[in-house]
Amino acid sequence: MQLDSKIPDGPLSEKWDRHRFELKLVNPANKRKFKIIVVGTGLAGGSASATLAELGYEVMTFCIQDSPRRAHSIAAQGGINAAKNYQNDGDSIWRLFYDTIKGGDFRSREANVYRLAQISNNIIDQCVAQGIPFAREYGGQLANRSFGGAQVSRTFYARGQTGQQLLLGAYGSLSRQIAAGKVRLFTRREMLELVVIDGKARGIIARNLVSGEQEKHAADAVVLASGGYGNAFYLSTNAMGSNISAAIASYRKGASFANPCFIQFHPTCIPVHGTYQSKLTLMSESLRNDGRVWVPRNPEDKRPPDQIPETERDYYLEEKYPGFGNLVPRDVASRSAKVQCDMGKGVGDTKLAVYLDIKDAIERDGRDVITEKYGNLFEMYEKITAQNPYETPMMIYPAVHYTMGGLWVDYNLMSAIPGLFVLGEANFSDHGANRLGASALMQGLADGYFIIPYTIGGYLAQASLDTVREDHSAFNESSLQVETRIKKLLSIEGKRTVDDFHRELGHILWENCGMTRKDKGLKKARGLVADLRAEFWENVLVGGSGKEFNQSLEKAGRVADFLDIGELMVIDALERKESCGCHFNEAFQTEENEALRDDENFRHVSAWEYRGEGCDPVFQKEPLEFENVELTQRSYK
Amino acid sequence: MTKTGDKSCINLKLKVWRQKGPDVKGRFETYKTRDVSTDMSFLEMLDVVNEEMILSGKDPIAFDHDCREGICGACGAVVNGRAHGPEKGTTLCQLHMRHFSNGDTVVIEPWRSRAFKVVKDLVVDRSVFDEIIQAGGYISVNTGGAPDGNAIPVPQAAAEKAMDAAACIGCGACVAACPNASAMLFVGAKISQFTLLPQGLPEAKKRALAMIGKMDELGFGNCTNEAECEKECPKEISIENIARMNCEFFKAGFL
Repeated sequence: MQLDSKIPDGPLSEKWDRHRFELKLVNPANKRKFKIIVVGTGLAGGSASATLAELGYEVMTFCIQDSPRRAHSIAAQGGINAAKNYQNDGDSIWRLFYDTIKGGDFRSREANVYRLAQISNNIIDQCVAQGIPFAREYGGQLANRSFGGAQVSRTFYARGQTGQQLLLGAYGSLSRQIAAGKVRLFTRREMLELVVIDGKARGIIARNLVSGEQEKHAADAVVLASGGYGNAFYLSTNAMGSNISAAIASYRKGASFANPCFIQFHPTCIPVHGTYQSKLTLMSESLRNDGRVWVPRNPEDKRPPDQIPETERDYYLEEKYPGFGNLVPRDVASRSAKVQCDMGKGVGDTKLAVYLDIKDAIERDGRDVITEKYGNLFEMYEKITAQNPYETPMMIYPAVHYTMGGLWVDYNLMSAIPGLFVLGEANFSDHGANRLGASALMQGLADGYFIIPYTIGGYLAQASLDTVREDHSAFNESSLQVETRIKKLLSIEGKRTVDDFHRELGHILWENCGMTRKDKGLKKARGLVADLRAEFWENVLVGGSGKEFNQSLEKAGRVADFLDIGELMVIDALERKESCGCHFNEAFQTEENEALRDDENFRHVSAWEYRGEGCDPVFQKEPLEFENVELTQRSYK
Repeated sequence: MTKTGDKSCINLKLKVWRQKGPDVKGRFETYKTRDVSTDMSFLEMLDVVNEEMILSGKDPIAFDHDCREGICGACGAVVNGRAHGPEKGTTLCQLHMRHFSNGDTVVIEPWRSRAFKVVKDLVVDRSVFDEIIQAGGYISVNTGGAPDGNAIPVPQAAAEKAMDAAACIGCGACVAACPNASAMLFVGAKISQFTLLPQGLPEAKKRALAMIGKMDELGFGNCTNEAECEKECPKEISIENIARMNCEFFKAGFL
């Protein structure tokens, strides 16, 4: 199947305006006749649900948590980018666009990224109107800070809880529509199947996580905003419940999966400390504004950090990248930390950590100023590690954080299945091979508040959809699939727990499909994942029944899907014979050990089409055209 | 507190509230757990207990949790009589086992309040909090057409105070800690956030009446200034927000 990105014609800066004009509209009186299902209530799903309901559509919104406010967007710390240029430091829509394209190592679409930069400013205005308590200057104006990969200060923030505040804003708007009767909310529901009728997405099968009952829901369009797949690695900064099941179910029904090997490793996380560990905690990238990253120059140096003199410290980011210093993009910062640790210069018990030192900033600005900016982050660090960052440098190491890959979508955010739209982290659209800090919140809200409300109208206005009800045979078939799978999971009664399999999968992926990759390791990983999956379906122990609140069963279904995405990740990494952004294949690097792209052969989106169990997925290529920016070797020196 | 890098392990006796469902009678069950690393979080300790239970064919302890970094508000249990356990300003997921000693008995119960029904074991139904927000915990603004973000200056002190209130994670510890099972800290925090910002003023009266009315209707108790909520709030939200809420209520009703 040919993937058509449907990028509008015309000059870059006019594409979105022109497209909005050309999209067909749904008459206000007709909007209420259309039912839309939204899966997920993070920034993308929450904002989409609220906005679609405001427009008059009948919306049904689903989340796995007990409340929409708990979606994992809530944990985003640092901030949200916008091209407001309030700091008068040379920012512009063009610069945000360029930084994002370059930050993604030229593996995203110009038109999508430009639109994102344009919309960024509307998002800030909208969020201020919602009463989000952004940080302010003394004069009452909005404050900004800097983030990686940019030399301007364009990040808006609410302490270290920006995601929380933006999500509560979207949740407030969603709550208002629930009260108005325009959104029906279904909490503790997990989408397990997509229902496709006549080639179009027409509904979902969801499991009520409290009663175990299956529910069928029909609609005119389905919007997935179900997040990323970082938890395939077992340990990540994602929430425990974050999963890929809704997206993988859609992939199995014909939605192509794009760039699955593009996985972001966040450079500043609290290091791993034990085998029982369940997740990794992020320390906001904003700390790199004021913190300095270093390791001892001498790998044998065992002294505590405060006894290592300045001259014997290696501030490796500042040395190698004087232009951006500690604020290089995440992929560069993460890989650099790994290189230092591989050289034996890592610190702490495991030697898999580097220092992030805030001491100079405290001396420069005073403790009060630093506390105001980062106080809650330091408290969190101290709770976990029992160390006080004001007194001793923090120890950090990269961790799986975000997935740039996701379901393939066109410019309208529609997947390869007509009527299935994908928003936020769940799609692949805007970040290329590396996402810049503070851009995930921007993209989630851009998709939900300002893109889908237009593009879904364009689809509904001309799709000529028949009425479909839940008694349609396609619903029964999908429902039967779900039931069969649950029965299978429960009937295996093997010897290994779900977590045990999950940990092993995570280990395989971390070792072979992590921050640096080799063909040999990837090939090995492919076999290991396939073997593990085979064992999972013969030897997993779930316990309990399917007709009750059963958290072990929930996890089992999700881990089964992580095994599938794990394999796809490895297949994709093997196919991309170049290095770009986060995807660093050791065979392709410059003399200075930077990612070496191959624009001639790999200037494309790799999408994968499902061909049935046991069959290899089919590779599809969407070439990327660059008409406005010059492809260069990324440099942050 | 143990020193950094201390890899010591402790043995504990857990008394855990087990309840199959909202309409079934619950009871405490006792479990022994050995070699708990003091670097573990409380929920990681429960993970290990659950793994053993699954392997021995028992029903694992159900508990809500998600982000495990203290921000989603999903987790929470009463530990030795304290909501979220003994540490100040800490959610259960951020509570580490270094705060317990070898041989301790640890009693673990769900939030107890008429308004929060038990779903299973430590899991409770807090959808009533969503209902309170639906009654008016927002600014009524549709997407689109908002003025420039800097069009309305907000004094820094007001923004900071609003943020103090907005930090609420909706976990329900305030209700669990209050002898009256009052939700006034939760409601007061949301009302305060919008009262402190100019954007929230046009609807201030309507919001106060609607949210407080809904809170009463749902069966939460009233505040008698015990201040247990403030003490147990993992985000250390101040009861001054309750005072501000009362003030807004009077303004809405009488002025």
